[in-house]
Amino acid sequence: MPTPTDTAAAPIIEFRDVEKRFGDNVVLKDLDFHVNRGERVTLIGPSGSGKTTILRLVMTLEEATDGLILIDGDPLTHRIVDGKRVRLSNREIKRTRTRIGMVFQQFNLFPNMTVIQNITESPIHVLGQSKAEATRRAKDLLHQVGLDDKADAHPSSLSGGQQQRVAIARALAMDPEILLLDEVTSALDPEIVGEVLGILRRIAETTDITMLIVTHEMQFARDVSDRVLMFDGGSIVEDADPDTMFTAPSHERTRKFLKAVLGEGQIGTR
Amino acid sequence: MQEQTEIWDWEMFFRALPPVLEGFLTVTLLVTVLGTVIAAALGLVWAMLIRLAPQPVSGIVKWFVAFIRMTPIVVQLLFAYYAFLMFDAMTIGIVVFGIHYSTYMSEVYRAGIDAVPKGQWEATTALSMSTRRTWAAVVIPQALRATVPALGNYAISMFKDTPFLLVIGVVEMVNAAQIFGGNNFRYVEAITLAGIIFLLASYPTSVLIRRMEKRLAYAN
Ligand SMILES: Nc1ncnc2c1ncn2[C@@H]1O[C@H](COP(=O)(O)OP(=O)(O)OP(=O)(O)O)[C@@H](O)[C@H]1O
Ligand SMILES: [Mg+2]
Repeated sequence: MPTPTDTAAAPIIEFRDVEKRFGDNVVLKDLDFHVNRGERVTLIGPSGSGKTTILRLVMTLEEATDGLILIDGDPLTHRIVDGKRVRLSNREIKRTRTRIGMVFQQFNLFPNMTVIQNITESPIHVLGQSKAEATRRAKDLLHQVGLDDKADAHPSSLSGGQQQRVAIARALAMDPEILLLDEVTSALDPEIVGEVLGILRRIAETTDITMLIVTHEMQFARDVSDRVLMFDGGSIVEDADPDTMFTAPSHERTRKFLKAVLGEGQIGTR
Repeated sequence: MQEQTEIWDWEMFFRALPPVLEGFLTVTLLVTVLGTVIAAALGLVWAMLIRLAPQPVSGIVKWFVAFIRMTPIVVQLLFAYYAFLMFDAMTIGIVVFGIHYSTYMSEVYRAGIDAVPKGQWEATTALSMSTRRTWAAVVIPQALRATVPALGNYAISMFKDTPFLLVIGVVEMVNAAQIFGGNNFRYVEAITLAGIIFLLASYPTSVLIRRMEKRLAYAN
């Protein structure tokens, strides 16, 4: 499935010299990378290397302290005007934001709403869909994630795996061009990780949504990714297709990391 | 050991019932219910202004809330009574009780809003929700759950503070009992009756609050 990076297509996500610091802690420095439309890119790397921060920057939950992030060529939070870096208006930021969706490690469903209300809230109030239209689509998505009978349930009555499937349906209901997945199975019991990954594989196969994924599930990363980026200390150590990354990484740092997460002899097995 | 020397006189007790009950229904209960409604609504307004309004406004509201909370309700009743002569004492009483307790409620709402997990706010951003929908559909409903028990407890406090209405000449239940006592030279029965009514009204309310608290708790 890996496809060569198509340089003719405009990148849907582009980081240009992005710096992100929290106080004195420089988490990302001079970060340059891009993701093409429809591409599935997985970020791997040790804890604290800045993977979550990258997704949060794209979702506008954080703002870069320097550099530019472009979505489909348009600035996300800042642009350069007369050589100066200026913040966009909130309204401009919101407009781009609707093209991006995110699924969180902790699901973050709204506990005061039913499943169907969680899914239809933004299609109705942000996209302006009618209630009937949004409900029809929500039911369809619930069917896709195998939760037809849970439309009127409250999140607290669902298992972690079911909650995460609702969260995936909720993100998809906004028809995002970019879907951000941050360790979406890390909070789940091992025996239900598979059901959530199965749904994500199906989404990867049946849609052309651009995906930026952070995961410790290396087999999943290998199966769905077009490209894998290895991070360490806020910069990219290696950028390769998954087969190369997992079977013949060219950097010692990557080899060490993969050995640590996969264990001896695991690299390259399917 | 007849008549006046008796410690308890049932006849007096039953004769005191109508005026004391009238004080309860027409003043005590009315002030408590309307005062609670005002306190609950204004408290949310204060909490949101402090959190969302731009600087001069939020600072002024914060100061006002702290000021009201730190002065006795008796002083506030007297001040409002003499400052706003165009309103009758009953209206003054309801509004002052409402405003006084709204300052406590605003603190409860603030705590409730702060208790909404960061992940909930982040989900509203990820779903591009407007500020209005974020507050109306997510933050306030979740903050309110934490608020209901405290609101109930403040309603009970307000209920017990209603005798202060005496300072502006409003005859609520305890004042009615005292007047009855003065007219009949017997205080014990009427005052006891007022105490019993307080207890009868407060106890079920507190049980109700505890029940609501349990029902509102998420099953997480
Ligand atoms: N809100 C914040 N305030 C201060 N520092 C932060 C904040 N968010 C992240 N950091 C710091 O940024 C660095 C990168 O964090 P990030 O969460 O992006 O790492 P990660 O690669 O996702 O790690 P993990 O694999 O553990 O999830 C860490 O040193 C972290 O302490
Ligand atoms: Mg992370």
